[in-house]
Amino acid sequence: MTPKKKKSRTQKIRIAPFVAIFIFLVCGAIGISLGEPSRVLEQARQVCLSCIGIG
Amino acid sequence: MDLVRKWVQALFFLVTNGYWNFPLTRGIYQGPLKVICSPGLNCYSCPAATSYCPLGALQQLLGGIRLAIENGQFYVGFYVIGAMGAIGSFVGRMVCGWACPFGLFQELLHKIPSPKFGIWRPLRYMKYLILLFMVILLPLFAVDAFGLGSPWFCKYLCPAGTLEAGFPMLILQPSLRANLGLLFYNKVFFLVFFLAWAVLASRPFCRTACPLGAFYALFSKIKLVKLRLDPEKCTHCKACHSVCPMGVHFNESPEDMECISCLACSKACNFNAITLEIGGVAVTNQRPCRPEKAFPQHQ
Ligand code: SF4
Ligand code: SF4
Repeated sequence: MTPKKKKSRTQKIRIAPFVAIFIFLVCGAIGISLGEPSRVLEQARQVCLSCIGIG
Repeated sequence: MDLVRKWVQALFFLVTNGYWNFPLTRGIYQGPLKVICSPGLNCYSCPAATSYCPLGALQQLLGGIRLAIENGQFYVGFYVIGAMGAIGSFVGRMVCGWACPFGLFQELLHKIPSPKFGIWRPLRYMKYLILLFMVILLPLFAVDAFGLGSPWFCKYLCPAGTLEAGFPMLILQPSLRANLGLLFYNKVFFLVFFLAWAVLASRPFCRTACPLGAFYALFSKIKLVKLRLDPEKCTHCKACHSVCPMGVHFNESPEDMECISCLACSKACNFNAITLEIGGVAVTNQRPCRPEKAFPQHQ
């Protein structure tokens, strides 16, 4: 293997992570369009009795 | 590098627990930042927490899915899964090594002088069962007469909730103590069990029981930021084995789902066989080889 070829093999850009990040950002955007953040906020503002261990 | 990591861990601890007014309000933070996902395991009922816990939010959404749909609200978890998945695709379990307050706490406990032990490898699979059953299936399908599911992981197991929310809230709001019972003592048992185990073994909760780590581990092959092994440089000296806090043999399993990208192995490798890459491009500097240097021992 020539040094040039070796370099191009080791520095090859991986596409999969970008695709995965994009898919999950779209997933999050769907959640936002459905109004989920307000529900999450509502839950996070209340003390969760299950977390404390009493409910 | 370990010092840099400790500072980053401390920074994430302070940012995700940055509400220091709680001794005055005697309650939890209720501001708008709580719409942001905490990358690591950080209970959102901790009085100082400034962001939401993805596991808690997901279980609550799944448990309430029937009622929400009956009311015409399609709250099925897209927002939370989107945030968790984006973090996972970006850095995967690097969150465990760099941004999780409970991971930091276990690391500090492990510094207490004591005999140190390894962890039986098959126990690692338990966390995937906990993710599947306690975080997804049971909240979704084990419902009460009103069609509401419970957050099983938070309710019966989560030691971070007991430590960060349970004890502080019982101190801040003494009226809550009237409800103490078996549920609480069960959670205290798990907390004490994992904390004692963390003194004796490295990161036992992360390795055997954390469903958030299990979720991020699913991205070990495709995550953007990861470590890479150069098989041509590796001499199989096994120096990377002894420093790994997660029991990974990096040169034998460079995409191991347990790896938290702490970079300890990269530092220990005297042949520059382990580099950090982002999206396929190496970013760590190549050091001169030091084959004669003695290796530090972990666990
Ligand atoms: S320390 Fe480096 S050279 Fe030694 S086994 Fe690990 S990766 Fe290979
Ligand atoms: S394999 Fe290396 S980077 Fe991964 S957890 Fe072990 S020492 Fe850290």
